[in-house]
This record gives sequence, C-alpha cells and structure tokens, in this order.
Amino acid sequence: MAERTAIIGSRVGLHARPAAIFAEAAGELPVEVTIALETEPAEDALDASSILSLMGLGAEYGTKVVLRAEGEGAEEALDQLVKILEIDHDSE
Amino acid sequence: MSTHKVEKFSGVGVSAGRVIGTVRRMPDAIQAPADGAPLPAGATIDSETARLAEATQAVAAQLKARAALATGDAQAVLKATALMASDKSLLKSATKLVSSGTCAESALWEAADAVATQLSALGGYMAERAGDVLDVRARIVAELRGVPAPGIPDSETPFVLVAVDLAPADTATLDPAKVLALVTSDGGPQSHTAIIARSLGLPAIVAASDTTALADGDVVYVDGIDGLVVRNPTEVESATARTYANREQLPEFDGRGVLADGHRVPLLANVGSGTDAQAAAKAGAEGVGLLRTEFCFLGREKEPSHEEQVAAYGAVFEAFAQKKVVVRTLDAGADKPLPFLSDSTEPNPALGVRGYRTDTTSPGVLARQLTAISEAAADHQAEVWTMAPMISTPAEAQDFAALVSTANLATAGVMIEVPSAALMAERILERCDFVSIGTNDLTQYTMAADRQLGSLAELNDPWQPAVLHMIAATSAGAQGAGAKPVGVCGEAAADPALAVVLVGLGVNTLSMNKRALSPVAAVLRTVDLATAQKLAQLALRAASAEEARSLVRAQLPELDRFGL
Repeated sequence: MAERTAIIGSRVGLHARPAAIFAEAAGELPVEVTIALETEPAEDALDASSILSLMGLGAEYGTKVVLRAEGEGAEEALDQLVKILEIDHDSE
Repeated sequence: MSTHKVEKFSGVGVSAGRVIGTVRRMPDAIQAPADGAPLPAGATIDSETARLAEATQAVAAQLKARAALATGDAQAVLKATALMASDKSLLKSATKLVSSGTCAESALWEAADAVATQLSALGGYMAERAGDVLDVRARIVAELRGVPAPGIPDSETPFVLVAVDLAPADTATLDPAKVLALVTSDGGPQSHTAIIARSLGLPAIVAASDTTALADGDVVYVDGIDGLVVRNPTEVESATARTYANREQLPEFDGRGVLADGHRVPLLANVGSGTDAQAAAKAGAEGVGLLRTEFCFLGREKEPSHEEQVAAYGAVFEAFAQKKVVVRTLDAGADKPLPFLSDSTEPNPALGVRGYRTDTTSPGVLARQLTAISEAAADHQAEVWTMAPMISTPAEAQDFAALVSTANLATAGVMIEVPSAALMAERILERCDFVSIGTNDLTQYTMAADRQLGSLAELNDPWQPAVLHMIAATSAGAQGAGAKPVGVCGEAAADPALAVVLVGLGVNTLSMNKRALSPVAAVLRTVDLATAQKLAQLALRAASAEEARSLVRAQLPELDRFGL
C-alpha cells in the first residue's frame, strides 16, 4: 500500500474546479486511488476519481488529506496526484 | 411545422426589435419521480442498472461536448458538471437502490438528493454547488424519460425562445448571442422576462397567450414594437425585419439629456449596487435617479450591520462624485419580502405593510438605514437625496422628512406610486423637497391590476391614459408647491416614445436602466418642449393605452430611423 499526505493548495479549498481537475487525473490512472481527511481512518476513504466525493470532503485551503493506492505504478500515481492537490488552481 | 398557413399572435411588446427566427421552446421543468417507485414492467435489475448507467454516460457526453465549445469559466463549470453526471460514487449509490427494486429515475433522484444535502450542509461555496448537482440530476432523469433537458435549450444556431414565463434562474443562463428574441405566453410588462429583455436589448413580447401553440422548428416573425408574432411570415414581415436590421445605429449617450430646443432633461440611471453604479457612470448617466437599497438586504435573515450598509452605499456614491444620487430607503414587501420585516401571512401583500409602512411594524430599521446613508454621504462627494417608497399621505411625507433631517441628510423626498399621493402631490411637496414617480407600482395601483399577472398585462401598461393623468396631477402639484423637482424612475422612462410624453407632462428628470440612456437621449433630441407638450395632450385625451401609444408614435418618425 502506497500512501502520501498532501496539503490542499487551492485558496478556496477543494471546490468544483480543482476537484474536477483532480478527479479527472485520478480517473485516468491505472490504479484505484482513495482519498481521506488526515483525521479520518483509512476505511472511511473515498474514491478519489469521484468529483462529488471530493467536494463532499469539505477540504479547505491548508487541510491535510491522505491518498492511498495499491499495485503496480501506485507510487508514481500518488506522486503525480499530490502535485495537483498542492497547486493553487485559482491563481492560474 | 404541419402547415405553412400564416398565423398571427398578439401580445404586449416590451422590448423593441423586429426579427425572424426559428422557435425553440423552453422545456417544462422536470417533475420529481415518485419516492421509491418500483422497476418498470418487464425490466430486470440488470437491465435497469444498464439503463441508468447509459443515461449518466449520455448526459456526461452531452455536457462534455458543450464544454468543448465553451471557453473560460463556462467551460470549467461544464466540465465539472460533466464529471458529476458520470460520477462513480453517485452511480454506485443509485445502483444500490436499483438493486433493491427501485426504478432508475427514483433511485438517481434519491441518491443525488443525498449528495446535494451533504454539500448544502458544508455551507458557503460548496452549498452553492448543491444546485449544480440538482441540475445534473434533472438532466439525467430527463434523459431516462426521453424528454428534453431542462433549462434554456442548447442550440448551435440563434433562435427565438418561446416559454410560458422565465424565472430569474433561467435568464441568468441566457446567452444573448444565441437568443434572437423572447416570447412568453404569460408574464406582464413588468415581469422578469421584460426587464431582462430590455437590459439585454432583445426584442420581447409577453402575455401572448396563444403562443403556447408554437412548436420547435416553427419559423416566426417577432415584432417587439407592435407586440406581434407571425408564424410562417411572408415577404411583408421579411421586409420589416430587414428594415429593422438595417436601422441606423444609435449614437452613444454623451452624458447630456437635452431636447431639440436646448431644454435640459437630465438622464439618470437606476442602480442596485456599487458595480452597477460604476457601469452606469461609464454609460454616461448624469447621476442615479433610483438606488435600490434592497440589494444589501435581500436574502438576509437579519438586518445588515451599520458598517456593512455604510460600505455598500459608499460604493455607489463613489461612482458619482459631485453628481446626484437618489437613495430609496428599503422597499420590502409584496414581490420582495425580507424575513425580518415582512409578514408573509398577509392575504394581499401588494396592499399590505410594505415600503415606508414597515417603519410602523418594525421601527428602528429605517432610522438605522438613514444613519448609515448619512455617514456614507459624509464620506463621499455625491449629492445625496433620500426618498421613501410607498407613501400615501402628506403626513407620511412629513414624518419621513423629519427622520431624514434627524439623520443630518439634506434632501428628503417621496415616491409617487399610490394614486392618493399623486392626487395630493401639492400637499406632499409642501412637506418635502422632491418626488419621484415609480410608474410600475403607480400603474398597478391606478389600474387595480397585479403587475405580476400576465392575464392583466393590457391594464398594466404605463401608456394607460389614467396613469398619465396621475403623472400630470403630480406635476401640477409640484408646480403649485413652488416648482419642486419631479422625476420618473419606473420602466416608463426607458420607453423612448413615452419619455417624450413624460417630459411633456412636466417631468424634470428621467431615470432608467443604463441601456435605455442612448435610445431615450436620441429621441428626446428630436423634439422641442412645445412638441412634447402637444404629444402629452394627445396621450392624455386618448381612450386607451393602445390609442395613446399609436397617436404619439405616429408623430415621432425618428423612432423608425433607429428601429425603436
């Protein structure tokens, strides 16, 4: 099991636009990735490719979230996703 | 289109313009499916699950295709909604419900409801996104039912939008580059459809009740000047539409309202926020004739704080340094209730405790608002005038003027919206400094016709000679009280032909939506005061709104030149 902790970099939190970018990227990966707030147990983790789950997390700017994946390519996949979470998409 | 017979439908023209185009009807709103309705006859859990998955994919594909054609923010929003439509967790919870024997429509409805509720609970920005989830839900259910998706139809080519009536939410997504004209079977001249059409400069006809017979693909001629819709138009209508298309471009408003003989008629703007005020100043408005202060109160559970009010009013004053800004105090009630002021149980809110009258039921709100206006006025260079809505008697005008003076504000006035105030204008103006006529309400109260009722649209027309007599009585009263200023800030001032009549009736200033400044200024410039007075007399002597309008328009050939 690969695991990464990321800090939300979007000023307004993981709202529609950053969530869309992230969900789309997660959906294109060869492995299934889950996301959970750092404060929540792994079994409550949600599908990272679901935009509605991401928005429902209520993750704000600076919130720590944990990404998890298993299998071949998991490490690379998570590295890629962490980068997306930590960018402030609203400053583009 | 089954026949090519020429058919005419009449309604009330509320925004000028003559065009020919293809009809697209506004689809009916999607009704909620029954709670937990069972699988349709003959369906299995597997087939129903597949049907649901196909519908979500189809909607996601449609939204993605639209996103590809859009740009900027619109593209980002469409992309996000496309992802919502094909969202795995939504599909999973809906599929679970299907597995327990619920039909696809009810399953998806319930699953999306849970998501929307969760987002609403997060508050703020996420709560606003709950609306997107509900929109996606309606689209998927429409797809499952095989009916058109709700909302303004999507079309690659511009079309004539035909609807029963349009809600504010519909008009917010209306793309003026795609819509040629608006036709509604319901709604009146003061309806939301009419206001939005005028602000977008789209030809529009409301209260054309028989247009429910129009169908997608029908070719129609829409004449927003004469209030006429023609199905299968002939060469006659095509020629009129061509003349309109080749109309002379209106000169930009140069910031000075004046008649042909040099008689000044300052043209002001109606605004509802600081941003609005900046746009109006840019359009050349000579001041603000109506600042609707509701903008800082609407949608609020509680009265906004003093600081918040000072900042909001200051933002408007800032845009009009050294110029006049007429602030209307809170006008709550009837069509714009506020939870902390309005009694929603009144049987007849239009005749109830609204406008200035709320000062007796909720004392203090008005005084605090006046203090905030006064402080904002002291911080800025605008010449601030303050007026109260819904005044019926000279005593009310006197009480309001006293409140204004207590707040250290220099100029107090009242709105003339109630016939009693029009008839008592002289006594009223002995007790305050100016009046401003709100023609929308003055029409509704003079004609005893609810302005929101499409079926009464003919009565709800500011061209009604009785309304013009009320305006004449107000001007006469103002003269009697020492030639005090009379303004008009209703939709009537935005109709260039009616603007001429208003000036002829003795109105000193006109305040309107900023888009109307240039057409009104252009037409005023073609007449002198004597002509305006003559036209006003013609209109006063007419027996109907229709007659008044056509008598006056016939004397203003310049209207055709500009296609107004």
